[in-house]
Amino acid sequence: MAEKKKLFMQGNEACAEGALYAGCRFYAGYPITPSTEIAEYLSRTLPRVGGKFIQMEDEIASISAIAGASLAGLKSMTATSGPGFSLKQEGLGYACMAEIPCVIVDVMRGGPSTGYPTGPSQSDVMQAKWGTHGDHPVIAVTPAYVQEILHETVRAFNLSEKYRTPVLILFDEIVGHMREPVMLPEEGELEVIDREKPTCPPEEYLPYDAGYEIPPLAAFGEGYRFHVTGLNHKDDGFPTNDPEMIQEGIKRIIRKIDNNKEDIWKNEEHYIDGAEVVVFAYGSTARSAKYAVRELRKKGVKAGLLRALTLWPFPDEALKDACQKARAVVVPELNLGQIVYEVERLVDCHVEGIYRVDGEPINPMQIMEAMEKYS
Amino acid sequence: MSTAAAVKKPKISVPFDYSKYLRKGKLPHIWCPGCGHGIVLKSLLRAIEKSGLSKDDICMVSGIGCSSRTPGYVDFNTLHTLHGRALSYATGVKLAKPEMKVIVVTGDGDALAIGGNHFIHTCRRNIDMTILVYSNAIYGMTGGQFSPTTPSGSYSTTSRYGNIEPVFDCCELAKASGATFVARGTAYHVQELERIILESLKHKGTSVVEILDSCPVYYGRLNKMKSASQMMELIEKNGTVSVKQVDKLPPEKVQGKLLRGILHKEDRPEYCEEYQKLIDRVSGK
Amino acid sequence: MGYRYELRFSGSGGQGMILAGIIMAEAACIYEDKMAVQSQSYGPESRGGASKSEVVISDEPIDYPKATSIDCMLALTQEACSKYHKDIKKDGILLVDTEMVAEVPQGDFKVYEAPIIESAREEFGKTIVANIISLGMITEFTGVVSKEAIEKAVLARVPEAFKDLNRRALHFGFEKAKELKGKE
Repeated sequence: MAEKKKLFMQGNEACAEGALYAGCRFYAGYPITPSTEIAEYLSRTLPRVGGKFIQMEDEIASISAIAGASLAGLKSMTATSGPGFSLKQEGLGYACMAEIPCVIVDVMRGGPSTGYPTGPSQSDVMQAKWGTHGDHPVIAVTPAYVQEILHETVRAFNLSEKYRTPVLILFDEIVGHMREPVMLPEEGELEVIDREKPTCPPEEYLPYDAGYEIPPLAAFGEGYRFHVTGLNHKDDGFPTNDPEMIQEGIKRIIRKIDNNKEDIWKNEEHYIDGAEVVVFAYGSTARSAKYAVRELRKKGVKAGLLRALTLWPFPDEALKDACQKARAVVVPELNLGQIVYEVERLVDCHVEGIYRVDGEPINPMQIMEAMEKYS
Repeated sequence: MSTAAAVKKPKISVPFDYSKYLRKGKLPHIWCPGCGHGIVLKSLLRAIEKSGLSKDDICMVSGIGCSSRTPGYVDFNTLHTLHGRALSYATGVKLAKPEMKVIVVTGDGDALAIGGNHFIHTCRRNIDMTILVYSNAIYGMTGGQFSPTTPSGSYSTTSRYGNIEPVFDCCELAKASGATFVARGTAYHVQELERIILESLKHKGTSVVEILDSCPVYYGRLNKMKSASQMMELIEKNGTVSVKQVDKLPPEKVQGKLLRGILHKEDRPEYCEEYQKLIDRVSGK
Repeated sequence: MGYRYELRFSGSGGQGMILAGIIMAEAACIYEDKMAVQSQSYGPESRGGASKSEVVISDEPIDYPKATSIDCMLALTQEACSKYHKDIKKDGILLVDTEMVAEVPQGDFKVYEAPIIESAREEFGKTIVANIISLGMITEFTGVVSKEAIEKAVLARVPEAFKDLNRRALHFGFEKAKELKGKE
């Protein structure tokens, strides 16, 4: 067996490598800083493995094209940043409603509007959850290290295929453009999940069969001739005005995620047992938090870190557990306070947010100062 | 008998069986009495029959609007998407499965207003698909607002004092954007429409067929047109002239009329084929 | 006990500062067995403006990727020098281009001034190798990576036709730094 090659790679490139590993064979995108390297990398690598890359005319076209390709049977992805993520919201809602597996990467930059294209941000985390209209399920993963971006991209595809739903990968300019050593996984090293396809005869196929928690999904062109719509629909995929069916359809797509939170959640705990002051962080900010907690422990402060790798569905149980003995929980965010309200909703202890929207990272000193107050 | 020879034989002896292509459980359709969409659908289904395409190999994609409800009624792989975005979803389907025949059913508002950007770039790429633009000069589903093809001066629920905007010529736009097959038919000239659609299905590349069609319920009522048949006569019959006859007619009979027939056809590299060549060139490298 | 070594390469867009950072980090983590993270900060344009590339090198996993207490900084423009020198730590090193940086900041760090860009132009006929000369000098000044590692890293990142040019530029940097150190 050949020795595994260590590569020095950008976060965006690792994301593209993760997509290839997961079996992504279709990418549609539109250039936008700071995510463009993902498109550039896949434009080069996808055709080499027989996959397709297309640069679309805009962001909306990109998310629409990946949904179309996914329905035709290919694992598909698009990547963007803030302004593009705003535009993609209608396509995201469609994919939720029509239960189309696909992966959307948002390399977050400063906003609102054009904002700060080359500056990091975590301002899209609530948009990720609530940005598209209507009640809908969301899965969002939030890697913080370059190697982790690769692994989490594979996981995002797996969740998407398994739960027949769009999955968001949220990271920010810092991690997207940062370079770190990466070991490319070998074939078979990481689990790769493919969507379940129907085994019934075509005439019996119901693409939204409520008898399944996650109904199998046929691909267009394989004899099943089914119908897909963004309208409220029945189990056969055709529109309905029946109040009961409308409500049950929406509840089912939310339930399929809610009932499987244990499988979707992923957290990292660092010195969390018996922690008196906890920092809850995600993405690049969690790197500063980890550094801070380690330094505080050296000083004898009982500090602990809970880091979310799945931000949506929100890790409420892990957070409640982590804060059992805590006097306070500190929430650093590269926004003016978004996830902090989710935390406040769940814990009894004091909650303090640390915010920054000046395009600079939150450094470990800021977190240490905040946490030391509660030691 | 001497008189028998004078009796013309009917062209179609056996009635065409549309049911083969329809999802019977999904009918009746939502289209209003007098709407031409059903007539267009029948021409389309006859053309598909003649093309020899199998139902499994057809993917019909639509956006939002009255015409965009067509995929729900036909027994193909069908995808009813977002307003204006049908061409982008269709591009994804086609590129993922180039062996499929992709037919996009869209309206004047869907294709030329909210989907205008996708329309011009799809034509530019020359990706193989047939785009049928049902052009009835109004937003029917939302109740009669003016669209990019509503004639200047006409009335709609959002142009109560007469439309001050000029129109898009769908066919000129398609041609200028790079579509390699551009045609115009009407819901009145049903056999001609069937032939045009059949040609568009045989064409390799982006084909755009603008289909003039009437909306008596909104456009007709707001513009004081008496009936669906009167509209058809006025807009589709008398408002157009065949491209085959245009040279033989005096200028006053052509003035202000839209041309019908195949208006543009050229051979240019098709997107999916070009992409496959690219794959063949770089794969394994 | 773990150590943390921070470098900052600064100049204007187009001077190869990001590449210099990448090469330094690769020397540490690919050609030596260290940990390294490279990050950058630049404006929306691909040319002009102050740009910086940072490298953190350690013998243990690196969480915070940005430089806050800099061991060694390079400045190839006045704007970058003035904007970014404040984070240099006590007894750290600042290397500036003589031609480009007229106002050399004062502080409790050591300053080396060298005509890097002029040398690139005069000795090699290409100002673009200024970043490689700088890498040679920084390696000689700091010893944070070995000369063998930095040479391998440089050669792996440049096209075949330019390998010799870059090797010579790197060695030129080693020598220039030795000379400057010798003058102290």
